[in-house]
Order: sequence, then structure tokens, then C-alpha cells
Amino acid sequence: MVADVWRLYELMLRSRSFETAVKHIWEDGLISGEMHLGTGEEAICAAIVTQMQPGDALALDHRGTPPLLMRGVDPLLLLREFLGKPDGLCSGVGGHMHLFSPENLAASSGIVGASAPAAVGFALAAEMLRPGKLAVAFFGEGATNQGMLLEALNLAAAWKLPVLFVCKDNRWEITTPAAAAISGQLSQRARGFGLQAVDVDGTDVEAVWEAAREAMQRARQGKGPTFLHASCPHLDGHFLGDQLIHTARHPIRGMLRIAWPILRSLFRFKGAPLAQRIHALISILQLSANTRADLSRMVSADPLVRTRSLLLHDPIRLEALETRVGDEIQQVIRAATSVV
Amino acid sequence: MRQTTFAEAIESAIAQAMAADSRIIILGEDVHTIRRNLFVRFGSQRVRATPISEGAFVGAAVAAAMGGLHPVVEVMLVDFIGVAMDALLNHAAKVQAFSGGKWQVPLVIRAACGSGYGDGGQHEQSLWGWLAHIPGLNIVVPSTPADAGRLMLAALLCKEPVIFLEHKLLADYWLEFLGSGGRKTVSYDIPAAGARGPVPLKWQPIPLGKASVCRQGADLTLVSIGVSLHRCLEAASLLEQRGISCGVIDLRSVSPLDVETVVQAVAKTGRMLVVDEDYQAFGLSGELAAIILEAGIPARYSRVCTQETIPYARHLEDLILPNTARIVDAASRLLIT
Repeated sequence: MVADVWRLYELMLRSRSFETAVKHIWEDGLISGEMHLGTGEEAICAAIVTQMQPGDALALDHRGTPPLLMRGVDPLLLLREFLGKPDGLCSGVGGHMHLFSPENLAASSGIVGASAPAAVGFALAAEMLRPGKLAVAFFGEGATNQGMLLEALNLAAAWKLPVLFVCKDNRWEITTPAAAAISGQLSQRARGFGLQAVDVDGTDVEAVWEAAREAMQRARQGKGPTFLHASCPHLDGHFLGDQLIHTARHPIRGMLRIAWPILRSLFRFKGAPLAQRIHALISILQLSANTRADLSRMVSADPLVRTRSLLLHDPIRLEALETRVGDEIQQVIRAATSVV
Repeated sequence: MRQTTFAEAIESAIAQAMAADSRIIILGEDVHTIRRNLFVRFGSQRVRATPISEGAFVGAAVAAAMGGLHPVVEVMLVDFIGVAMDALLNHAAKVQAFSGGKWQVPLVIRAACGSGYGDGGQHEQSLWGWLAHIPGLNIVVPSTPADAGRLMLAALLCKEPVIFLEHKLLADYWLEFLGSGGRKTVSYDIPAAGARGPVPLKWQPIPLGKASVCRQGADLTLVSIGVSLHRCLEAASLLEQRGISCGVIDLRSVSPLDVETVVQAVAKTGRMLVVDEDYQAFGLSGELAAIILEAGIPARYSRVCTQETIPYARHLEDLILPNTARIVDAASRLLIT
């Protein structure tokens, strides 16, 4: 079995086009609150979700849109939900962080780390009620410092449950670099709990697909859980309006906004010695510099660009696919926003 | 006096306390950016960004307090306190009693609370009644910049655990962080007097558990806290135009609860309307009814609270939150007899 890159790319593009449209609608003020997009995670989601079967369960974090779209949830229902409409996926009560689709056994949580114990529970129900079925948990690397997630790894391994734990590692915990928050290697952590663990480049859709295929096969055969650690960029930051991204794109405007109180803090009577203060200031500036560097790398790290490059050998088919996806998403946006 | 925002008031009170007391430290997720001014002034030793590990860093802060520090722990949103609840429920709240009063836990938990910006039911709860249910925890909910600074200083002088809740409609950085995200295309019903106001040049603490009588009235006493307090003041003005005289009390802290001020006011008016953004059942509104009954006051009572899971959609949210229309309506019904 090999990955069907055409199908994977279509799902990835569909998700990206949809989320790009969501971004504009959010900017227009028609979507309230936060908006966490999964742009940059599409290869991971597509490679895994396309190998799920009916009866498999999906435990999602705050970036549930791409996996749900790929699992077959109607984009119109999702967008109507984001717009807070009664005919949305969750009647306008859930919003983008709390998406639920019982027919797909898919549940989300805005609490970091909560998807891991949820997947363990879904896997337990699968083992007892739907043998051969499994549960997938999606979470970021920041969640791997939550006690509940580590406890869930152990529980799944101790009970040999059919779970695929998928860590989408974008190296940022909101505004904290992962290096400052995570000690040790994540896949080694998982191995320490007795899980099978695999590191994979999350922008390489074929590599993720292959790693997921093996892990899901093991799970279905009752051989226990796997921890799949996949690196990826976060193209739109932690959420839309991310200050670090904003400052990185508009350094002067961004810095001016915060400069005066920071400068005052540098020289106020009483506080840390000046050297420590300067050190703190430099670390803030470094965050912006790192984000700028991230942004400049993002195009080459974009899983869509990478996957598309595999399909350039058939430009006619590619163009037809892209036109079809673009038209479909445009239709969805029109349909969702034209009705009050 | 000077004018500051609600957020600046809290920050300046913390800065004043940190300059005076080197045992005060700040820990929590992203504090190097969210509290960047304190981070630069006091350095990375005293302002420490944590992993997303509430169970670990809240639990650690309890023992750090027992070990001599006075931590200010940021859990971002009060909704996220669930992850760290054991450290508060079974440890921070119990140590003083268990040690026969010999060991105290000087700890401030700082969290954003409240709704009105469409972020959904896992990010917009109030939960102060749920927290105040536990003996040994103090719960503070300021409604103006001046109170926010003075209560924060009081929390930092207190030897016990204090949970300091700042409403997102008042604390502008939280509203920008979680609500607008820098957009100019969205708007919120922000109480102006709560988001910005006069504050002293140098902070003095006010005692925890002392309510503020914001408005005297003869017909009805409105008792509230946080953003709902401002909705009450607005409702009281509207009711005044109809010839109804409403007193308004800002509790300022849920625990300790200022029983005396409430009882005195309700004894005079004979009618109490509690306006509480927190959940209605088994919470602050019921507790206030109980203290009136216990005081033997024959009063008419009603409440305007949140009764269900907070919906994401703004228009649905507006229907279920305490708002001026709901308050005026409930007050009018209370005055019929």
C-alpha cells in the first residue's frame, strides 16, 4: 500500500482554502473570540484521518477544523457554527474550539492536553464494543507537559489500548519557545511509558502516512498504542491576531506599541540589577527575531507547497483539482454567509 | 490621583509590592510576554514563564509559599484552574487548618474570568462561587481600577491563599488577547468606569471582605460583583427614572463575604436582587439568600444569574448573561408586591 498523494493533497488544499476563507471572515468581525487555525498541520491530519475507518474515534484539541473536514464533516456546517448560527454543527453553542460530531465519534476540547485521556476512553469503548477500531488523539507539543496527557500515555500502554497519539510539534507554546518549556525528547518520554514511538517530518505527507499506517495496523491488531511525533510549522501563529506574528511582520509598529512601558521598567527604582533587566529585554526581542526567522522559513516548510511539488508532473490534473477545490470552497462561503 | 486602565492598576500594585518584598515572584504560562513590563523590571528569576503544566506549577507554588516565597501564579483563565484544582482544594486551602494554624500559604492565584466576547463555555466562566465553596480560599473580584489595585495589594499582604479574578471586559489585554485579536471590526459592551478610572499614586490596601455601597436606595437592594455590578448601576439609573430607588452593593470579594453590609441594606429596603454572572445554582446568589434568612429579615428576593453552559454565539450569550434589561425586569417584578 502506498499513499494516494493526489487525494491527500486535495484534502489538504480543501482544508487550507477553507481556513483561509475563515481567516478573512474572522478579520471582518463575523466570527467572535479566538480563532486557532490548523494551517501548517494539514499533512499530518490528512495522512492520518484518511486511514481512519468508520467506527474509529477522533479526540481533538483547539485546532479541530482540518481533521473534521477531512473526516467528512460538511464545511458549511462548520462555517455556520463559527458564525454562531443555530444551523451550525453544534447549534452555535460550541464554536471552533468545541466541535462535536457524534456520528464520527469526534470530540474537541479547548483545554490543553484533554484530547489524550479522551482518546484512551474512546479506545476502551472500541476495544469492548467495536473490536478492530481505534482512537486518534491530536495535540500540540505544549500539551505533552500536562499531567493528564502523560497519565493517558501510561494508561493506554498499561492497558494496551488501540490509540494513536499524534503530537503536532510546532515548537511554540503560545509565546513560549518549546526549548524553554520541554525537557528531554518527546518520543523518548513516550518510550519510557512503554509506547511505540516514531519521529516524523510532519510536512512530508508520505512519511506521516507510512508511519501512521504501521501504527494504526498495530493498534487494530491489539498490539497497543503508538506515539507519533510530527514536526510542523504554525503558519498563522498560535491564533489569529497572534502578537508575536504581528510584531514580526510590522516590527516598528509592534515595538512602538510596547516600547514606552518596557523602557520605563528598565530604569525604574528598585527591581532586578540592570544586567538582569537587559537580559530580560533581550529575550523579549529575541522572541520577535525568532518569529521573524520562522516566518521567512515558513514558505519552504509549508506542507502544501511540499506536497504540491510531488504532483507537478501532471499540471493539467493539478489545475483541474485546484480549480474544483477552489470553486467548492467559494460556494460554501457564499452559501454560509448569504443566509442570516 | 491619576487615570489608569484596570490592567495597569493591577500591574502597578504588583510592581509596588514586588519592589517592597523580594519574596514575591510571578509564575505562569507566557508571563514573559503577558507581563513583559514586570519581566523586564524584576528579571527572569522573579517572573518565570512555565510550561503548560497547571497541576505542577500551582502545586509547586503552594509549597513554595510554605517555603517562604509569596507566589503570584497566573493560570490564564479561571476555566483552566480545573486542571490544577487538587492543589487548591486539597492543599492550599487545607494547610493552615491541618497544621493547627501554624503554617500558612501566602499565595495569589491570578486568573481572567467572565464572558461577553464570544469565546465559548470553556473560556468564559466565572466560577467564583464554586471556588468560594471551599473553606480556606479567599476569592476577590474587583470591578474598578482603583479596587483592582487596592485588592491586589491586599492579596499580596494576606498570609492566606487568595484567588484574584479579573473580568475580561475590564482587563483590556485579555480582551485583546482572547476577543478582538487586534481587530477593529468587533465591539463589546465594556463598562467604561470599570475599564479605566482614577487610582492613587501610591497604593494602600483595602481589607478583603469589605463590600462597597455604590449607591444608596430605599426600595430595593441590588447586590453584585464584577462586570454585573456595572450593569446594576445602569439598571438603577433606569429604575430611578421610574421613581424606584435602588441601592447597589459591590461585594468586591465573594469570600470573605461582607454579611453585615448586605444584611444592613436589605433590612432597610426589604427587597434583595442578586445579580451574579456566575452559575445560579448552589452559588453566591443562594448564599446571599441564606444570610438574609439567617439574619431573620423578612425580605423579598430574586436573582439574575447564568443558568446554563455559556453558548459561543454572541447573540445567545447576550440572552443568558445578566444584562441591564434582565435586571430591570427582575427588579420591576420584585417591586410589584
